[in-house]
Amino acid sequence: MQRAECEAENQAETLFCNQCSSFRCLSRRNLLKSVLGIGFALSFGEQAARAQTDPKKTRPQVGDLLVFALGDRAGQLITRQDVPSGGPPVTTYPKDPHSQIVRDGSRLNRVLLVRLAPEVLTEQTRSVAAEGIVGYSAVCTHTGCDVVGWENATQHLVCPCHTSTFDAKDRARVISGPAPKPLAALPLQIVDGKLTVAGPFSGRVGAEQK
Amino acid sequence: MSAKLFEQLGIELWQAKRSNPSLKKRLLRYLRLLAMTFSSTSQTTPTVTLLLTFLVINIYGTLASAQPLEKYQPVTNERLLHPEPQNWLMYRGTYDSWGYSPLDQINRKNVRRLVPVWTFSTGVGEGHQSPPIVNNGVMFITTPQNQVLALNARTGDLLWRYKHELPEDLFQLHPTNRGVAVYGDKVYLATVDAHLLALNARSGEVVWDQTVENYLSGYYMTLAPLVARGKVMVGVSGGEFGIRGFVQAFDAETGKPEWKTYTVPGPGEPGNETWPGETWKNGAVPVWITGSYDPQLNLTYWGTGNAGPFMGGTRSGDNLYANSVIALDADTGALKAYHQYHWNDSWDWDEVSAPILLDVHRNGRDIKALVHPGRNGYLWLLERGADKIAFVHAEPFVKQNVFAKLDPETGRPTYNPERIPGIDKRAEFCPSLWGGKDWPPAAYNPTTGYLYIPANENLCGALKGKPATYTPGQLYIGLEITDIELLPQKEAKDHIGELQAWDMNAGKKIWTKTFKSHNWGPVLTTGGGLVFSGGTNDRYFRAFDAKTGKLLWQQRTNSGVTGVPSTYQVDGVQYIAVQSGWGVDAQRKQELLDKAFGTKTFVPQGGVLWIFALGK
Repeated sequence: MQRAECEAENQAETLFCNQCSSFRCLSRRNLLKSVLGIGFALSFGEQAARAQTDPKKTRPQVGDLLVFALGDRAGQLITRQDVPSGGPPVTTYPKDPHSQIVRDGSRLNRVLLVRLAPEVLTEQTRSVAAEGIVGYSAVCTHTGCDVVGWENATQHLVCPCHTSTFDAKDRARVISGPAPKPLAALPLQIVDGKLTVAGPFSGRVGAEQK
Repeated sequence: MSAKLFEQLGIELWQAKRSNPSLKKRLLRYLRLLAMTFSSTSQTTPTVTLLLTFLVINIYGTLASAQPLEKYQPVTNERLLHPEPQNWLMYRGTYDSWGYSPLDQINRKNVRRLVPVWTFSTGVGEGHQSPPIVNNGVMFITTPQNQVLALNARTGDLLWRYKHELPEDLFQLHPTNRGVAVYGDKVYLATVDAHLLALNARSGEVVWDQTVENYLSGYYMTLAPLVARGKVMVGVSGGEFGIRGFVQAFDAETGKPEWKTYTVPGPGEPGNETWPGETWKNGAVPVWITGSYDPQLNLTYWGTGNAGPFMGGTRSGDNLYANSVIALDADTGALKAYHQYHWNDSWDWDEVSAPILLDVHRNGRDIKALVHPGRNGYLWLLERGADKIAFVHAEPFVKQNVFAKLDPETGRPTYNPERIPGIDKRAEFCPSLWGGKDWPPAAYNPTTGYLYIPANENLCGALKGKPATYTPGQLYIGLEITDIELLPQKEAKDHIGELQAWDMNAGKKIWTKTFKSHNWGPVLTTGGGLVFSGGTNDRYFRAFDAKTGKLLWQQRTNSGVTGVPSTYQVDGVQYIAVQSGWGVDAQRKQELLDKAFGTKTFVPQGGVLWIFALGK
C-alpha cells in the first residue's frame, strides 16, 4: 500500500504511515484483518515468513504486551507505573499474551518506552501514545546500535555509538548526528488497563547495509 | 572490409586474452600497426579512422585492465619479508610497521607537481581507513560494511568487488575496516560480524569463511589481518561489550584454527591474579590493530586495549595484559613477553597500536627497540628480546596530568589520585579519552631517522562511572554517555592537531606542525624525504618535508582523510594512494568538540580513493 492510500485510510494518523514503503505498509483495516487471521500473509509479507519460522523473532504484533528486556526484572510485564514520568526510557520486548512467548529472538524487537506529559508531545506522536507513553524502536537507524542515552533537559534519545540524537516528543525525528531517519514508532494503547501494542512499527527497524 | 578485419581481430584478441599471451602480444602489435596505417593514409574518412582508433583503444584498454589479474603474482613468505619497493603488501608496508617506502620518484623537490590521476567512489559512507594494498599492479582496498575492491592500480579499472552480507541485527559501534592481508593467491578480510574470510585474489570469490566468534556477544573485527609463516592472525574488538579479548591464528590455505591466545589470562594462568573474582571473564582487552612481526625472534607484537568496564575501581588490580604490548610466538601463540604501559586503566586509553620495531642508539648503546607513542600521551622506548621486553625510557609527547611519575627501572606509572574517575566520581584528566594519539599509525623514516606522530594536544576530558551489569551483546562500559566530556584547554583555540617529528636516538622532538582541527591522520613517509598525512576536518591531504616539517603540497579532498596512505609504482610511475572518508570516532569526537566550542562543523561523508602522481 502506498503512503497516500495509507494516510487516507488512517486519516490523521500520518505517523502511522510515515515510513510506508510500497510493499509493506499496514492500515488499521489490514491490521484488524491480521488480528482476525485474514489476509495475514498478504499484509505482513516478510514478517509473516518470519512468524512461521520463529515467533520469538517476529516483530511486535497488535495485542502484544510488553516486558522488561534487561535487568533483574527481565521478562516481567510492564505496567504503566513502571515507566517513569519524564524519562529515562525503559527497554522492553513484546510478548504474545496467548502463547506467552517473549519476542526476544532479535535485538530488532527492542522497544523503548518513554512517558512524557501528553501536552509536550506533537499531535502525531500523541496519536500513537498511550497516556503519554511513547514506544520507539531501540535500535539506531545509523549502524544498528542500542539507543541507550537519555538527555533529561531536552527529552532527547541519544545513541552512544555516534551521538545520533532523536526527539522523543516528536516521532523520534533526528535532531543531530549521522542517523538517516527517525527511530520507528510503535503505536500503543491501553486495553483492559494494560499497555498494549496497537499497531506495527511505523517503518523498517534498525540500520540498512549500503 | 577493413572494419570487418578489425572486428575479427578484436574477437580473436579477446579469446587470446586467456589462452595465449604471446599470440595476444602479436595481435596487439598488428592491430596498432593497422590503426597507424589507417590514420596516416587518406583512404578512409576521418570518422572511420576515429572509430577504428576507438575500437583499438577499447580492446587494448580491456586487455590492459584484465592483465594484472592474469599475471597475479602469488605472495610468498620471502616477499612478505622483503617486499619489492614498488609494492605495498601489508598494513604498514613492512613487518616492522614503519609505514615507509623507499620510492623516491616523488620527492621534496618535485612534490608540488603532484596531481590526482584517478579517483574511485566507493559508494559507502563512514570511516574509510584501509591502506591501498598493491601487488604488482593489482590494488585491494576495503570499505566500511566489509566490501573489498580489486582495482587496476595504474588505470583505476574495477577488477572485482566483494560485498559481505552483514546480519540485520548487528550492533555496529565502529563501522570501518582497516584493510586486507595478501598471501599466496588469496586476500584476507576480517569482518564486523567476526568472520575471517579468504577470497580468491583473481576473482574475489570466497575460498573459505571462518567464524572467529559470535557477533551477538559483541565480538567484531576491524583490523587488517597479519600473515606470517603461512598463518593468518587476527585480534578481536568488542571491549565495549565485555568480551574476553584474544589473538587467533588460522592456516592461510585451509582456514583451520591453529592457535588462540587470550589477552586476559584464565584461572591457573599467570596474570589471572590481577583480576578480582570473575572479572576476567568479561575483562575486555581487545586487539584491534594489526601487529608487528620480528622474523629473527619469530615474535609478533600486538598492542592491547583497555579493560572493561571502563572504571578501574570495578576490577582492582593490574588487569594483565590490558594496555600492554604482548609478544606472541608466531608458530604457537605462546606469550613470550609483555610490557604493560599503564595498569588498571580508567581513561579508555587503548594501547592498540602495535609498536614500531627500530634500531635505536641511546645512552651509548644499540637497542633493538619497540617504539610506541601511546594513547596515554607518553612516548615509550622499550627493548625487545627472545623472552623479555625491557623498559628503557618514556616521556610525555602531549600534556599529561595522570602519571605522577614513572619507576625508572620498570616504567610503571604512579597515578595522581584526583585524576582517576570512578563510580559516581567525576575526574578531569589530560589527554582526553581519545588520547595523545589514537589508532592512526605513526611512521618511521630511516633516511631522516625520525619518528612521525599524529598527535592531539590541548584537549583534556572528564569521565564519571556508573555500575554496570553484564548482558551478552550489550554495552558494558559502566558510563552514562552524557558523562563523557571533552574539555578543550584555552590553547586549543590555537590548535589541537599536531604532527610531531622525533629523533629517537637523541630522544628529542625536532619539529611540530600544528592544525586548528583535531588530527586523525595515519602517516606515510618515503625515500623521497616526504611525510604524507591528512586527518583534519578541513579535508586536506598534505605532504611535508620529512626533515623540516615544511608544508610542501596539499590537496583538498571530498571528505576527511582518515585512511592509511600507501605508495607504489607501476610501469615506472610512482603513485601515492589514500582513501578519503570521514566517520567513526573522528566524527564522534567532532560532535563533542562542536558541543564544547559551541560550533557546528560539517565534514561530508562518502568514501573516495585518491591516486596521485607527478604532473608536468
